[in-house]
Amino acid sequence: MPETMPDNRAWLGVLPVLLVVAFSAVIPLMTVVNYSVQDIFDVHTRLFVGFDWYRETLRDPRFLDALVRQLGFSAAVLALEVPLGILVARALPRDGRWVGVLLVLLAVPLLIPWNVVGTIWQLFARPDIGLLGRAVNELGIPFNYTAEPLHAWITLLMMDVWHWTSLVALLAFSGLTAIPGQCYQAAAMDGMSGVQVFRHVELPRLKSVLVIAVLLRLMDSFMIYTEPFVLTGGGPGNSTTFLSQYLTTMAVGQFDLGPAAAFSVLYFLVVLLLCWLFYTSVIAERGER
Amino acid sequence: MSALPRARWLLWLYGLYLALPIYWLVRLALQPNAAILAGEGAAFGEGAFTVANFTEIFTNPVWYEGFLNSLSYVAINTIISVSVALPAAYAFSRYRFTGDRHLFFWLLSNRMAPPAVFLLPFFQLYSAVGLFDTPLAVALAHCLFTVPLSVWILEGFMSAVPRSLDEMARIDGHSLPYFFFRIFLPVIRGGIGVTVFFCFMFSWVELLLARTLTGSEAKPIVVVMTRTVSASGIDWGVLAAAGVLTILPGIAVVWFVRRHLVKGFALGRVS
Repeated sequence: MPETMPDNRAWLGVLPVLLVVAFSAVIPLMTVVNYSVQDIFDVHTRLFVGFDWYRETLRDPRFLDALVRQLGFSAAVLALEVPLGILVARALPRDGRWVGVLLVLLAVPLLIPWNVVGTIWQLFARPDIGLLGRAVNELGIPFNYTAEPLHAWITLLMMDVWHWTSLVALLAFSGLTAIPGQCYQAAAMDGMSGVQVFRHVELPRLKSVLVIAVLLRLMDSFMIYTEPFVLTGGGPGNSTTFLSQYLTTMAVGQFDLGPAAAFSVLYFLVVLLLCWLFYTSVIAERGER
Repeated sequence: MSALPRARWLLWLYGLYLALPIYWLVRLALQPNAAILAGEGAAFGEGAFTVANFTEIFTNPVWYEGFLNSLSYVAINTIISVSVALPAAYAFSRYRFTGDRHLFFWLLSNRMAPPAVFLLPFFQLYSAVGLFDTPLAVALAHCLFTVPLSVWILEGFMSAVPRSLDEMARIDGHSLPYFFFRIFLPVIRGGIGVTVFFCFMFSWVELLLARTLTGSEAKPIVVVMTRTVSASGIDWGVLAAAGVLTILPGIAVVWFVRRHLVKGFALGRVS
């Protein structure tokens, strides 16, 4: 940006944002770190315990189980939604008067409150009142996501695909429409097949939007709370209890301040680490070229 | 090339997959609970039909006050986010200053943070300052992700405006505040509209923070929906009707921002 002017008075413009973010993010985060190294009995009695809570959390099998489930869920979500989103984006017409309508229809699941997404799928998949649940059972396949962990997982993944694939598709579509027509003409002259066109013409140019798509889906699937809370309540048993839900039970349900705070810090660090790993690996790959 | 029959098929199938759960929601919203539980006809027009579920929501204060509570914190949040983000986005777009890049990306890290991490301190902080169970508490908590979002989206729109506009205003002798409010803001009003839409959307769909920071007074609609269990079990029909009503605001305005949907969801980084 050669045209921007160096001027430190611009800090004044950023100040209001800093104040709001300090109140809504920095102070709370400091509080969490503070709690995570103390044992708090009441307002006046607290004891410095160092890293005890962290050690306890890292040894807590329920935390580790939730973490493993979380990693599995996020991996499954990415593996399903990214390819499907690209396929849908490629299937969309590039121009014509229906494009706008199609894109808006595609975006509808993104605009639905997250708990309502859970409600919709609850109503849709329940074996007693749901269209899907009843239809599957009538085909002779016993299906009950409230009792069978595997069914609960399938329903959750179907719901997440329903909810978020459109985001990947919209991003990929905006990347595809930015590819100049000459690239396709050149590919056609070379006699490339559809798969080759995708591999050599489209995929390299989609890279930057796909990075954003994967990053967003990774972050958001890692903090998923509302939809499983409504759909399965974390069950049957603990089979669909992910990190956010376990943390919420600890923090608000049981008020275990120290362990919950240590959990929060670890959780935040895992999210930052994943995003950083992903981001730097992409940057490094770009640097090689 | 994209009009291959196979591609059409995929699109139709995917459209069906998206539409069926919503069809079922609307269908159940227009049935009495007894008919739902009895599993009466799956097609429209079959079985009992009623609008009583919607009447219940518009006449029962628990339901309509839930809607009003949600709308009030969403409105407060949108006003705060956009008004603090406007000067910041202008600073990021037009000036270089110490630490600007770091600050810009640090804002993004707040968008990455899981809300559950902030649950415990938010609860304590807002209780300590006496804001617990008020719309303002939820509005401020949602600023955690709507402020970074607003800054990023607005910065994208502002950087698209040529800097010669600023230069000309300076040569004409206009002061910075005059230029900003009377010339610059009208130019980017489309971008402000898009930002308002996304603040509204992200605050409207959030449940965890809204639920934790409210008690009985400021209870939002999304929370009322998770507590519809009465003595006779869950009233599925009313729940479905509430679901239909919470979807409507987003659908009603999405057409006006359709060109900028991707920009908003991708934090203003993609045009």
